Amino acid sequence: MTTLPPPAPKKLGLVIDLDICVGCHACAVACKEWNDGGDFGPLPDTDPYGAHPSGVWFNRVHSYAVEQDTAHGKREMTVHFPRSCLHCETPACVTVCPTGASYKRAEDGIVLVDEDKCIGCQLCAWACPYGAREISAQRGTMQKCTLCVDRIYNETLDPADRQPACVAACPTRARHFGDLGDAASPISKLVAERDGYALMPEFGYRPVNKYLPPRPRRDGCDAKTSSATPRGEALDRDQLPGVLRWLDRALSR
Amino acid sequence: MRPTFSIILFTVLSGAGYGLLFVVGLSLLSVPSLMSSLIPPWSNAIDTFAIDIRVTLEVALAAGALLAIAGLFCSVGHLGKPLRAWRAFSQWRSSWLSREGVASVLTFVPTFGLLIAMLCGLDIRSNGALLGGAALACLSAITVYCTARIYSSLKPVRAWNSRYVVPVYLLLACYTGALWAVALYVSTPVFSPVFVSFLPVFFWNAILIAPLAVGLKLLYWRSLAKAAQPYVGDATGLARLGSVRSFEQPHTEENYLTHEMGFVLARKHSRRLRVIASALILLAPLSAIPLTFVFGDAAWWLVVLLGLLGVFVERWLFFAEARHAVIAFYGR
Repeated sequence: MTTLPPPAPKKLGLVIDLDICVGCHACAVACKEWNDGGDFGPLPDTDPYGAHPSGVWFNRVHSYAVEQDTAHGKREMTVHFPRSCLHCETPACVTVCPTGASYKRAEDGIVLVDEDKCIGCQLCAWACPYGAREISAQRGTMQKCTLCVDRIYNETLDPADRQPACVAACPTRARHFGDLGDAASPISKLVAERDGYALMPEFGYRPVNKYLPPRPRRDGCDAKTSSATPRGEALDRDQLPGVLRWLDRALSR
Repeated sequence: MRPTFSIILFTVLSGAGYGLLFVVGLSLLSVPSLMSSLIPPWSNAIDTFAIDIRVTLEVALAAGALLAIAGLFCSVGHLGKPLRAWRAFSQWRSSWLSREGVASVLTFVPTFGLLIAMLCGLDIRSNGALLGGAALACLSAITVYCTARIYSSLKPVRAWNSRYVVPVYLLLACYTGALWAVALYVSTPVFSPVFVSFLPVFFWNAILIAPLAVGLKLLYWRSLAKAAQPYVGDATGLARLGSVRSFEQPHTEENYLTHEMGFVLARKHSRRLRVIASALILLAPLSAIPLTFVFGDAAWWLVVLLGLLGVFVERWLFFAEARHAVIAFYGR
Protein backbone atom coordinates (compact mmCIF):
# COMPACT_ATOMS: atom_id res chain seq x y z
CA MET A 1 0.00 0.00 0.00
CA THR A 2 1.62 3.25 -1.07
CA THR A 3 -0.68 5.52 0.88
CA LEU A 4 1.21 6.62 3.97
CA PRO A 5 0.51 5.04 7.36
CA PRO A 6 -0.86 7.32 10.11
CA PRO A 7 1.94 9.19 11.93
CA ALA A 8 3.55 6.91 14.49
CA PRO A 9 5.34 7.94 17.68
CA LYS A 10 8.43 5.93 16.79
CA LYS A 11 10.67 7.49 14.13
CA LEU A 12 13.89 5.56 13.72
CA GLY A 13 16.63 7.44 11.93
CA LEU A 14 20.19 8.67 11.84
CA VAL A 15 21.88 11.82 13.04
CA ILE A 16 25.08 12.71 11.19
CA ASP A 17 27.63 15.01 12.78
CA LEU A 18 29.22 17.10 10.03
CA ASP A 19 31.66 18.54 12.57
CA ILE A 20 33.57 15.33 13.07
CA CYS A 21 32.98 13.37 9.86
CA VAL A 22 36.41 12.91 8.30
CA GLY A 23 35.15 11.64 4.95
CA CYS A 24 36.77 8.20 5.21
CA HIS A 25 33.87 6.40 3.40
CA ALA A 26 33.92 3.62 6.03
CA CYS A 27 30.12 4.01 6.43
CA ALA A 28 29.60 3.61 2.68
CA VAL A 29 31.85 0.55 2.47
CA ALA A 30 30.40 -1.12 5.57
CA CYS A 31 26.89 -0.46 4.23
CA LYS A 32 27.73 -1.99 0.87
CA GLU A 33 29.33 -4.98 2.57
CA TRP A 34 26.39 -5.67 4.88
CA ASN A 35 23.66 -5.11 2.33
CA ASP A 36 25.36 -7.19 -0.33
CA GLY A 37 24.67 -10.21 1.84
CA GLY A 38 21.61 -8.97 3.71
CA ASP A 39 17.98 -10.05 3.67
CA PHE A 40 17.14 -7.87 0.68
CA GLY A 41 19.41 -9.73 -1.70
CA PRO A 42 22.71 -8.80 -3.34
CA LEU A 43 23.78 -5.39 -4.61
CA PRO A 44 25.58 -6.54 -7.77
CA ASP A 45 27.94 -4.23 -9.65
CA THR A 46 28.48 -3.82 -13.38
CA ASP A 47 32.07 -4.31 -14.52
CA PRO A 48 33.38 -4.24 -10.90
CA TYR A 49 37.05 -4.72 -11.76
CA GLY A 50 36.96 -3.18 -15.25
CA ALA A 51 37.49 0.28 -16.65
CA HIS A 52 34.04 1.66 -15.73
CA PRO A 53 32.70 0.01 -12.60
CA SER A 54 29.24 1.03 -11.43
CA GLY A 55 26.76 -0.20 -8.92
CA VAL A 56 24.31 0.66 -6.18
CA TRP A 57 25.53 2.20 -2.92
CA PHE A 58 23.14 3.37 -0.21
CA ASN A 59 25.65 5.88 1.12
CA ARG A 60 27.54 8.48 -0.89
CA VAL A 61 30.06 10.71 0.86
CA HIS A 62 30.46 14.15 -0.71
CA SER A 63 33.25 16.59 0.17
CA TYR A 64 32.62 20.30 0.13
CA ALA A 65 34.71 23.41 0.62
CA VAL A 66 32.85 26.20 2.39
CA GLU A 67 34.41 29.59 1.78
CA GLN A 68 33.98 32.00 4.68
CA ASP A 69 34.83 35.64 5.15
CA THR A 70 36.66 36.27 8.42
CA ALA A 71 38.49 39.20 9.94
CA HIS A 72 41.68 37.68 8.54
CA GLY A 73 40.45 37.31 5.01
CA LYS A 74 38.89 34.35 3.29
CA ARG A 75 39.08 30.88 4.75
CA GLU A 76 37.96 27.53 3.36
CA MET A 77 36.42 24.99 5.67
CA THR A 78 36.20 21.36 4.58
CA VAL A 79 32.90 19.59 5.25
CA HIS A 80 32.47 15.91 4.48
CA PHE A 81 28.87 15.08 3.83
CA PRO A 82 27.47 11.53 3.89
CA ARG A 83 24.22 11.32 1.94
CA SER A 84 21.70 8.50 2.33
CA CYS A 85 17.96 7.90 2.70
CA LEU A 86 16.45 10.25 5.28
CA HIS A 87 13.38 8.04 5.96
CA CYS A 88 11.07 11.04 5.52
CA GLU A 89 7.83 11.31 7.47
CA THR A 90 5.84 12.13 4.32
CA PRO A 91 7.97 10.68 1.52
CA ALA A 92 6.87 11.26 -2.08
CA CYS A 93 8.90 8.22 -3.17
CA VAL A 94 6.28 6.06 -1.42
CA THR A 95 3.12 7.76 -2.68
CA VAL A 96 4.23 7.89 -6.35
CA CYS A 97 4.86 4.12 -6.44
CA PRO A 98 2.25 2.52 -8.74
CA THR A 99 2.65 -1.03 -7.42
CA GLY A 100 2.79 -0.78 -3.63
CA ALA A 101 6.40 -1.99 -3.65
CA SER A 102 7.55 1.19 -1.95
CA TYR A 103 6.21 1.54 1.56
CA LYS A 104 6.72 3.21 4.91
CA ARG A 105 6.51 0.96 7.94
CA ALA A 106 3.82 2.05 10.38
CA GLU A 107 5.65 0.71 13.43
CA ASP A 108 8.99 2.56 13.12
CA GLY A 109 8.81 4.76 10.01
CA ILE A 110 11.46 2.92 7.98
CA VAL A 111 10.97 3.36 4.21
CA LEU A 112 11.51 0.13 2.29
CA VAL A 113 11.11 -1.42 -1.17
CA ASP A 114 9.48 -4.82 -1.62
CA GLU A 115 11.81 -6.41 -4.16
CA ASP A 116 9.13 -8.87 -5.25
CA LYS A 117 6.65 -6.17 -6.23
CA CYS A 118 8.94 -3.47 -7.72
CA ILE A 119 8.55 -3.11 -11.50
CA GLY A 120 11.60 -0.85 -11.87
CA CYS A 121 9.73 2.19 -13.25
CA GLN A 122 12.13 4.51 -11.37
CA LEU A 123 9.45 7.09 -10.61
CA CYS A 124 10.38 6.95 -6.90
CA ALA A 125 13.99 7.87 -7.72
CA TRP A 126 12.71 10.87 -9.66
CA ALA A 127 10.47 11.85 -6.74
CA CYS A 128 13.34 11.91 -4.22
CA PRO A 129 15.34 15.17 -4.05
CA TYR A 130 17.95 13.51 -1.81
CA GLY A 131 19.15 10.89 -4.29
CA ALA A 132 18.38 8.10 -1.86
CA ARG A 133 17.29 5.59 -4.47
CA GLU A 134 19.34 3.89 -7.16
CA ILE A 135 18.15 1.19 -9.53
CA SER A 136 20.09 -2.02 -9.91
CA ALA A 137 20.72 -2.63 -13.58
CA GLN A 138 21.24 -6.33 -12.86
CA ARG A 139 18.18 -6.92 -10.69
CA GLY A 140 15.89 -4.47 -12.52
CA THR A 141 14.46 -3.20 -9.24
CA MET A 142 14.92 -0.13 -7.09
CA GLN A 143 17.35 -0.30 -4.18
CA LYS A 144 17.60 1.87 -1.11
CA CYS A 145 18.84 2.16 2.46
CA THR A 146 16.90 -0.17 4.76
CA LEU A 147 18.22 1.46 7.95
CA CYS A 148 19.63 -2.06 8.39
CA VAL A 149 16.22 -3.35 9.41
CA ASP A 150 17.79 -6.82 9.20
CA ARG A 151 20.38 -5.83 11.85
CA ILE A 152 18.55 -3.57 14.29
CA TYR A 153 15.92 -6.20 15.19
CA ASN A 154 18.21 -9.19 14.64
CA GLU A 155 18.16 -11.30 17.77
CA THR A 156 20.98 -13.53 16.55
CA LEU A 157 23.31 -10.53 16.86
CA ASP A 158 24.87 -9.28 20.04
CA PRO A 159 22.68 -6.41 21.39
CA ALA A 160 25.60 -4.00 20.90
CA ASP A 161 25.63 -4.86 17.18
CA ARG A 162 21.93 -4.18 16.66
CA GLN A 163 22.52 -0.89 14.91
CA PRO A 164 22.96 0.06 11.26
CA ALA A 165 26.25 -1.07 9.70
CA CYS A 166 27.22 2.53 8.85
CA VAL A 167 26.85 3.60 12.48
CA ALA A 168 28.81 0.62 13.77
CA ALA A 169 31.62 1.24 11.28
CA CYS A 170 32.10 4.99 11.79
CA PRO A 171 35.57 5.45 13.36
CA THR A 172 34.86 8.99 14.58
CA ARG A 173 31.33 8.32 15.84
CA ALA A 174 29.93 10.90 13.50
CA ARG A 175 26.85 8.75 12.95
CA HIS A 176 24.18 8.15 15.57
CA PHE A 177 21.15 5.89 15.43
CA GLY A 178 18.00 6.07 17.50
CA ASP A 179 14.37 7.11 17.87
CA LEU A 180 13.91 10.70 16.74
CA GLY A 181 10.23 10.56 17.64
CA ASP A 182 11.12 10.32 21.34
CA ALA A 183 12.21 13.74 22.63
CA ALA A 184 14.00 12.09 25.57
CA SER A 185 16.17 9.78 23.44
CA PRO A 186 19.92 10.53 23.35
CA ILE A 187 19.89 11.41 19.65
CA SER A 188 16.89 13.73 19.98
CA LYS A 189 18.78 15.53 22.75
CA LEU A 190 21.84 15.71 20.51
CA VAL A 191 19.76 17.32 17.77
CA ALA A 192 18.32 19.84 20.23
CA GLU A 193 21.75 20.67 21.71
CA ARG A 194 23.57 21.11 18.44
CA ASP A 195 20.81 22.74 16.33
CA GLY A 196 20.46 19.71 14.10
CA TYR A 197 18.68 20.42 10.84
CA ALA A 198 16.73 18.61 8.13
CA LEU A 199 17.80 18.77 4.47
CA MET A 200 15.71 20.82 2.00
CA PRO A 201 12.66 21.22 4.27
CA GLU A 202 11.01 23.31 1.52
CA PHE A 203 9.90 20.14 -0.27
CA GLY A 204 7.74 19.26 2.71
CA TYR A 205 8.79 15.60 2.93
CA ARG A 206 9.91 16.09 6.57
CA PRO A 207 13.12 14.05 6.73
CA VAL A 208 13.57 12.09 9.96
CA ASN A 209 17.38 12.01 9.69
CA LYS A 210 19.09 15.17 10.88
CA TYR A 211 22.49 16.73 10.29
CA LEU A 212 24.54 18.47 12.99
CA PRO A 213 26.28 21.56 11.59
CA PRO A 214 30.04 22.07 12.03
CA ARG A 215 30.86 23.77 15.36
CA PRO A 216 32.35 27.28 15.34
CA ARG A 217 36.13 27.12 14.76
CA ARG A 218 38.37 27.62 17.80
CA ASP A 219 40.83 29.89 16.00
CA GLY A 220 38.71 32.85 17.05
CA CYS A 221 37.90 33.93 13.54
CA ASP A 222 34.55 32.26 13.12
CA ALA A 223 32.67 33.62 10.17
CA LYS A 224 29.68 34.77 12.23
CA THR A 225 31.57 36.56 15.04
CA SER A 226 34.85 37.51 13.39
CA SER A 227 33.92 41.10 12.59
CA ALA A 228 32.89 41.74 16.24
CA THR A 229 36.13 40.49 17.83
CA PRO A 230 39.21 42.19 16.31
CA ARG A 231 42.41 40.69 17.70
CA GLY A 232 46.03 41.80 17.84
CA GLU A 233 48.44 40.42 15.27
CA ALA A 234 50.61 37.55 16.45
CA LEU A 235 54.31 38.46 16.80
CA ASP A 236 57.02 35.84 16.76
CA ARG A 237 59.82 37.35 18.88
CA ASP A 238 62.36 34.73 17.88
CA GLN A 239 62.28 36.01 14.32
CA LEU A 240 63.41 39.50 15.40
CA PRO A 241 67.01 40.78 15.33
CA GLY A 242 68.64 41.08 18.82
CA VAL A 243 68.13 44.82 19.25
CA LEU A 244 64.47 44.76 18.37
CA ARG A 245 63.91 41.71 20.54
CA TRP A 246 65.33 43.69 23.48
CA LEU A 247 63.20 46.69 22.54
CA ASP A 248 60.07 44.55 22.41
CA ARG A 249 60.87 43.06 25.79
CA ALA A 250 61.57 46.52 27.27
CA LEU A 251 58.39 48.02 25.91
CA SER A 252 56.29 45.06 27.00
CA ARG A 253 57.21 45.54 30.67
CA MET B 1 16.98 14.39 -16.80
CA ARG B 2 18.08 11.79 -19.30
CA PRO B 3 15.57 11.73 -22.18
CA THR B 4 14.58 8.07 -22.27
CA PHE B 5 13.39 7.11 -25.73
CA SER B 6 10.74 4.70 -24.45
CA ILE B 7 9.10 7.32 -22.22
CA ILE B 8 9.12 10.02 -24.90
CA LEU B 9 7.53 7.61 -27.39
CA PHE B 10 5.02 6.62 -24.70
CA THR B 11 3.87 10.20 -24.07
CA VAL B 12 3.85 11.15 -27.79
CA LEU B 13 2.12 8.01 -29.13
CA SER B 14 -0.36 7.50 -26.32
CA GLY B 15 -1.02 11.26 -26.43
CA ALA B 16 -1.84 10.99 -30.14
CA GLY B 17 -3.95 7.87 -29.55
CA TYR B 18 -6.03 9.28 -26.71
CA GLY B 19 -6.18 12.60 -28.56
CA LEU B 20 -7.65 10.82 -31.58
CA LEU B 21 -10.15 8.98 -29.37
CA PHE B 22 -11.05 12.36 -27.82
CA VAL B 23 -11.71 13.80 -31.29
CA VAL B 24 -13.88 10.77 -32.15
CA GLY B 25 -15.81 11.31 -28.92
CA LEU B 26 -16.33 14.98 -29.73
CA SER B 27 -17.38 14.06 -33.29
CA LEU B 28 -20.03 11.70 -31.96
CA LEU B 29 -21.32 14.52 -29.75
CA SER B 30 -21.35 17.20 -32.46
CA VAL B 31 -21.69 15.62 -35.91
CA PRO B 32 -25.36 14.55 -35.68
CA SER B 33 -26.50 18.04 -34.69
CA LEU B 34 -24.23 19.62 -37.34
CA MET B 35 -25.73 17.31 -39.96
CA SER B 36 -29.30 18.07 -39.03
CA SER B 37 -28.64 21.81 -39.06
CA LEU B 38 -26.77 21.88 -42.38
CA ILE B 39 -28.58 19.26 -44.42
CA PRO B 40 -32.27 19.68 -45.25
CA PRO B 41 -34.33 17.09 -43.38
CA TRP B 42 -36.26 16.07 -46.52
CA SER B 43 -32.99 15.04 -48.22
CA ASN B 44 -32.41 11.29 -47.89
CA ALA B 45 -28.68 11.96 -48.35
CA ILE B 46 -28.49 12.44 -44.58
CA ASP B 47 -28.75 8.68 -43.98
CA THR B 48 -25.93 7.99 -46.45
CA PHE B 49 -23.78 10.62 -44.75
CA ALA B 50 -24.39 9.10 -41.34
CA ILE B 51 -23.25 5.70 -42.55
CA ASP B 52 -20.21 7.14 -44.35
CA ILE B 53 -19.08 9.16 -41.34
CA ARG B 54 -19.52 6.05 -39.22
CA VAL B 55 -17.01 4.20 -41.41
CA THR B 56 -14.41 6.92 -40.81
CA LEU B 57 -15.10 6.93 -37.09
CA GLU B 58 -14.70 3.14 -36.96
CA VAL B 59 -11.29 3.45 -38.60
CA ALA B 60 -10.39 6.31 -36.26
CA LEU B 61 -11.42 4.29 -33.18
CA ALA B 62 -9.24 1.39 -34.27
CA ALA B 63 -6.32 3.69 -35.12
CA GLY B 64 -6.65 5.55 -31.79
CA ALA B 65 -6.70 2.29 -29.84
CA LEU B 66 -3.65 1.01 -31.74
CA LEU B 67 -1.69 4.22 -31.14
CA ALA B 68 -2.58 4.22 -27.45
CA ILE B 69 -1.64 0.55 -27.06
CA ALA B 70 1.65 1.13 -28.94
CA GLY B 71 2.42 4.01 -26.55
CA LEU B 72 1.60 1.91 -23.49
CA PHE B 73 3.85 -0.89 -24.75
CA CYS B 74 6.68 1.65 -25.15
CA SER B 75 6.26 2.64 -21.50
CA VAL B 76 6.49 -1.02 -20.46
CA GLY B 77 9.84 -1.11 -22.30
CA HIS B 78 11.16 1.39 -19.75
CA LEU B 79 10.54 -0.96 -16.83
CA GLY B 80 13.23 -2.99 -15.12
CA LYS B 81 10.72 -5.82 -14.63
CA PRO B 82 8.25 -5.55 -17.57
CA LEU B 83 6.43 -8.79 -16.73
CA ARG B 84 5.25 -7.26 -13.45
CA ALA B 85 3.64 -4.27 -15.22
CA TRP B 86 0.16 -5.46 -14.19
CA ARG B 87 0.98 -4.52 -10.60
CA ALA B 88 0.93 -0.85 -11.63
CA PHE B 89 -2.89 -0.83 -11.64
CA SER B 90 -3.13 -1.31 -7.87
CA GLN B 91 -2.12 2.00 -6.23
CA TRP B 92 -4.56 4.46 -7.82
CA ARG B 93 -5.29 5.93 -4.40
CA SER B 94 -1.93 7.70 -4.22
CA SER B 95 0.01 7.32 -7.48
CA TRP B 96 -0.61 9.27 -10.67
CA LEU B 97 1.24 6.61 -12.64
CA SER B 98 -1.19 4.02 -11.34
CA ARG B 99 -4.18 6.29 -12.07
CA GLU B 100 -2.86 6.75 -15.60
CA GLY B 101 -2.73 2.99 -16.01
CA VAL B 102 -6.29 2.52 -14.75
CA ALA B 103 -7.68 5.39 -16.87
CA SER B 104 -5.87 4.17 -19.99
CA VAL B 105 -7.51 0.76 -19.72
CA LEU B 106 -10.94 2.16 -18.73
CA THR B 107 -10.90 4.27 -21.91
CA PHE B 108 -10.78 1.06 -23.92
CA VAL B 109 -14.25 0.13 -22.63
CA PRO B 110 -16.12 2.83 -24.61
CA THR B 111 -13.52 2.57 -27.41
CA PHE B 112 -14.10 -1.10 -28.17
CA GLY B 113 -17.72 -0.92 -27.07
CA LEU B 114 -18.42 1.75 -29.68
CA LEU B 115 -16.27 0.03 -32.30
CA ILE B 116 -18.12 -3.27 -31.97
CA ALA B 117 -21.54 -1.57 -31.79
CA MET B 118 -20.80 0.56 -34.85
CA LEU B 119 -19.53 -2.45 -36.79
CA CYS B 120 -22.83 -4.12 -35.87
CA GLY B 121 -24.69 -1.14 -37.30
CA LEU B 122 -25.15 1.38 -34.48
CA ASP B 123 -26.48 4.66 -35.91
CA ILE B 124 -24.16 7.55 -34.97
CA ARG B 125 -27.26 9.70 -34.35
CA SER B 126 -28.57 7.34 -31.66
CA ASN B 127 -28.51 8.05 -27.93
CA GLY B 128 -26.16 5.12 -27.41
CA ALA B 129 -23.58 6.71 -29.70
CA LEU B 130 -24.03 10.05 -27.92
CA LEU B 131 -23.46 8.43 -24.52
CA GLY B 132 -20.49 6.41 -25.79
CA GLY B 133 -18.97 9.53 -27.36
CA ALA B 134 -19.31 11.48 -24.11
CA ALA B 135 -17.68 8.66 -22.10
CA LEU B 136 -14.91 8.31 -24.69
CA ALA B 137 -14.10 12.05 -24.72
CA CYS B 138 -14.10 12.28 -20.91
CA LEU B 139 -12.01 9.17 -20.28
CA SER B 140 -9.39 9.96 -22.93
CA ALA B 141 -9.02 13.49 -21.54
CA ILE B 142 -8.67 12.04 -18.02
CA THR B 143 -5.99 9.61 -19.22
CA VAL B 144 -3.86 12.37 -20.75
CA TYR B 145 -4.43 14.50 -17.64
CA CYS B 146 -3.08 11.63 -15.50
CA THR B 147 -0.06 11.23 -17.81
CA ALA B 148 0.78 14.91 -17.34
CA ARG B 149 0.24 14.70 -13.58
CA ILE B 150 2.85 11.90 -13.31
CA TYR B 151 5.43 14.54 -14.18
CA SER B 152 3.87 17.72 -12.85
CA SER B 153 3.51 16.17 -9.38
CA LEU B 154 7.28 15.65 -9.00
CA LYS B 155 8.51 18.57 -6.92
CA PRO B 156 12.25 17.79 -7.20
CA VAL B 157 12.11 18.49 -10.95
CA ARG B 158 11.40 22.21 -11.10
CA ALA B 159 10.71 22.20 -14.86
CA TRP B 160 7.97 19.59 -14.45
CA ASN B 161 6.38 20.93 -11.29
CA SER B 162 4.82 23.73 -13.35
CA ARG B 163 1.22 24.78 -13.93
CA TYR B 164 1.84 24.84 -17.70
CA VAL B 165 2.62 21.12 -17.94
CA VAL B 166 -0.94 19.76 -17.73
CA PRO B 167 -2.56 22.16 -20.27
CA VAL B 168 0.30 21.64 -22.74
CA TYR B 169 0.00 17.84 -22.51
CA LEU B 170 -3.76 18.06 -23.04
CA LEU B 171 -3.49 20.50 -25.95
CA LEU B 172 -0.72 18.58 -27.73
CA ALA B 173 -2.60 15.28 -27.35
CA CYS B 174 -5.66 16.92 -28.86
CA TYR B 175 -3.45 18.46 -31.57
CA THR B 176 -1.81 15.22 -32.72
CA GLY B 177 -5.14 13.39 -32.42
CA ALA B 178 -6.79 15.98 -34.68
CA LEU B 179 -3.98 15.66 -37.25
CA TRP B 180 -4.66 11.92 -37.35
CA ALA B 181 -8.43 12.46 -37.58
CA VAL B 182 -8.04 14.80 -40.56
CA ALA B 183 -5.69 12.41 -42.36
CA LEU B 184 -8.13 9.53 -41.74
CA TYR B 185 -11.11 11.56 -43.05
CA VAL B 186 -9.17 12.26 -46.25
CA SER B 187 -7.92 8.70 -46.69
CA THR B 188 -11.16 6.81 -46.01
CA PRO B 189 -13.20 6.61 -49.22
CA VAL B 190 -16.40 8.10 -47.86
CA PHE B 191 -18.97 10.44 -49.21
CA SER B 192 -19.74 13.17 -46.70
CA PRO B 193 -19.85 16.96 -46.74
CA VAL B 194 -16.49 18.33 -45.61
CA PHE B 195 -18.05 21.06 -43.49
CA VAL B 196 -19.58 18.44 -41.21
CA SER B 197 -16.66 16.13 -40.59
CA PHE B 198 -13.28 17.14 -41.86
CA LEU B 199 -13.30 20.94 -41.93
CA PRO B 200 -14.11 21.80 -38.29
CA VAL B 201 -11.37 19.47 -36.99
CA PHE B 202 -8.80 20.86 -39.42
CA PHE B 203 -9.80 24.47 -38.82
CA TRP B 204 -9.89 24.48 -35.01
CA ASN B 205 -6.67 22.53 -34.81
CA ALA B 206 -4.71 24.91 -37.06
CA ILE B 207 -6.27 28.15 -35.78
CA LEU B 208 -6.83 27.48 -32.09
CA ILE B 209 -5.16 24.38 -30.62
CA ALA B 210 -1.69 24.68 -32.20
CA PRO B 211 -1.15 28.40 -31.48
CA LEU B 212 -2.53 27.95 -27.96
CA ALA B 213 -0.15 25.06 -27.25
CA VAL B 214 2.88 26.93 -28.62
CA GLY B 215 1.86 30.10 -26.75
CA LEU B 216 1.65 28.21 -23.45
CA LYS B 217 4.97 26.57 -24.23
CA LEU B 218 6.58 30.01 -24.68
CA LEU B 219 5.19 31.13 -21.33
CA TYR B 220 6.48 27.88 -19.82
CA TRP B 221 9.99 28.45 -21.15
CA ARG B 222 9.93 32.00 -19.87
CA SER B 223 8.93 30.82 -16.39
CA LEU B 224 11.81 28.31 -16.45
CA ALA B 225 14.34 31.02 -17.25
CA LYS B 226 13.18 32.94 -14.18
CA ALA B 227 13.24 29.95 -11.82
CA ALA B 228 16.11 29.60 -9.36
CA GLN B 229 18.60 26.83 -10.09
CA PRO B 230 19.32 24.21 -7.42
CA TYR B 231 22.39 25.24 -5.40
CA VAL B 232 24.67 22.93 -3.44
CA GLY B 233 24.61 25.28 -0.42
CA ASP B 234 20.82 25.04 -0.17
CA ALA B 235 20.74 21.28 -0.78
CA THR B 236 23.26 20.57 2.01
CA GLY B 237 22.08 23.32 4.35
CA LEU B 238 25.68 24.60 4.47
CA ALA B 239 24.87 27.93 2.78
CA ARG B 240 24.45 29.48 6.25
CA LEU B 241 28.18 28.93 6.84
CA GLY B 242 29.52 30.41 3.62
CA SER B 243 29.64 29.79 -0.10
CA VAL B 244 29.79 26.10 -0.87
CA ARG B 245 31.54 24.24 -3.68
CA SER B 246 32.07 20.55 -4.20
CA PHE B 247 35.77 19.71 -4.23
CA GLU B 248 35.54 15.97 -4.36
CA GLN B 249 32.85 13.73 -5.83
CA PRO B 250 31.67 10.74 -3.80
CA HIS B 251 32.57 8.36 -6.61
CA THR B 252 35.06 8.38 -9.47
CA GLU B 253 32.71 6.89 -12.08
CA GLU B 254 29.21 7.88 -13.18
CA ASN B 255 26.46 6.34 -11.07
CA TYR B 256 22.72 5.93 -11.60
CA LEU B 257 21.97 9.42 -10.28
CA THR B 258 24.51 11.33 -12.37
CA HIS B 259 23.65 9.24 -15.44
CA GLU B 260 19.87 9.55 -15.08
CA MET B 261 19.59 13.08 -13.68
CA GLY B 262 22.73 14.87 -14.82
CA PHE B 263 21.91 15.26 -18.51
CA VAL B 264 23.42 18.48 -19.88
CA LEU B 265 23.39 18.28 -23.67
CA ALA B 266 19.84 19.58 -24.18
CA ARG B 267 20.34 22.84 -22.31
CA LYS B 268 23.30 23.60 -24.58
CA HIS B 269 21.12 23.44 -27.70
CA SER B 270 17.78 24.32 -26.16
CA ARG B 271 17.23 27.62 -27.99
CA ARG B 272 17.50 26.04 -31.44
CA LEU B 273 15.42 22.99 -30.49
CA ARG B 274 12.67 25.18 -29.02
CA VAL B 275 12.39 27.06 -32.31
CA ILE B 276 12.26 23.79 -34.27
CA ALA B 277 9.55 22.31 -32.04
CA SER B 278 7.41 25.48 -32.04
CA ALA B 279 7.73 25.96 -35.82
CA LEU B 280 6.84 22.33 -36.60
CA ILE B 281 3.80 22.36 -34.30
CA LEU B 282 2.52 25.68 -35.62
CA LEU B 283 3.21 25.14 -39.32
CA ALA B 284 2.40 21.44 -39.74
CA PRO B 285 -1.40 21.87 -40.05
CA LEU B 286 -1.09 24.96 -42.24
CA SER B 287 1.47 23.36 -44.53
CA ALA B 288 -1.20 20.86 -45.60
CA ILE B 289 -2.68 23.29 -48.11
CA PRO B 290 0.49 23.92 -50.19
CA LEU B 291 1.61 20.31 -49.74
CA THR B 292 -1.56 18.86 -51.27
CA PHE B 293 -0.66 20.57 -54.56
CA VAL B 294 2.56 18.54 -54.68
CA PHE B 295 1.70 15.24 -52.98
CA GLY B 296 -2.08 15.03 -53.30
CA ASP B 297 -3.86 13.21 -50.47
CA ALA B 298 -0.59 11.76 -49.17
CA ALA B 299 0.24 15.30 -47.99
CA TRP B 300 -2.13 14.83 -45.02
CA TRP B 301 0.00 11.96 -43.74
CA LEU B 302 3.12 14.05 -44.24
CA VAL B 303 1.43 16.65 -42.02
CA VAL B 304 0.81 13.99 -39.36
CA LEU B 305 4.50 13.08 -39.47
CA LEU B 306 5.62 16.72 -39.23
CA GLY B 307 3.27 17.41 -36.32
CA LEU B 308 4.33 14.25 -34.46
CA LEU B 309 7.97 15.20 -35.05
CA GLY B 310 7.32 18.65 -33.56
CA VAL B 311 5.69 17.12 -30.48
CA PHE B 312 8.52 14.58 -30.26
CA VAL B 313 11.12 17.38 -30.17
CA GLU B 314 9.00 19.27 -27.63
CA ARG B 315 8.77 16.16 -25.44
CA TRP B 316 12.48 15.38 -25.81
CA LEU B 317 13.24 18.89 -24.55
CA PHE B 318 10.68 18.53 -21.75
CA PHE B 319 12.69 15.62 -20.37
CA ALA B 320 16.21 16.55 -21.41
CA GLU B 321 16.13 20.19 -20.28
CA ALA B 322 14.75 19.46 -16.82
CA ARG B 323 17.13 19.66 -13.87
CA HIS B 324 16.70 17.35 -10.91
CA ALA B 325 17.27 18.75 -7.41
CA VAL B 326 19.65 15.91 -6.48
CA ILE B 327 22.26 17.13 -8.96
CA ALA B 328 22.87 20.08 -6.63
CA PHE B 329 24.68 17.69 -4.25
CA TYR B 330 27.18 17.05 -7.02
CA GLY B 331 27.72 20.78 -7.43
CA ARG B 332 26.86 20.63 -11.13
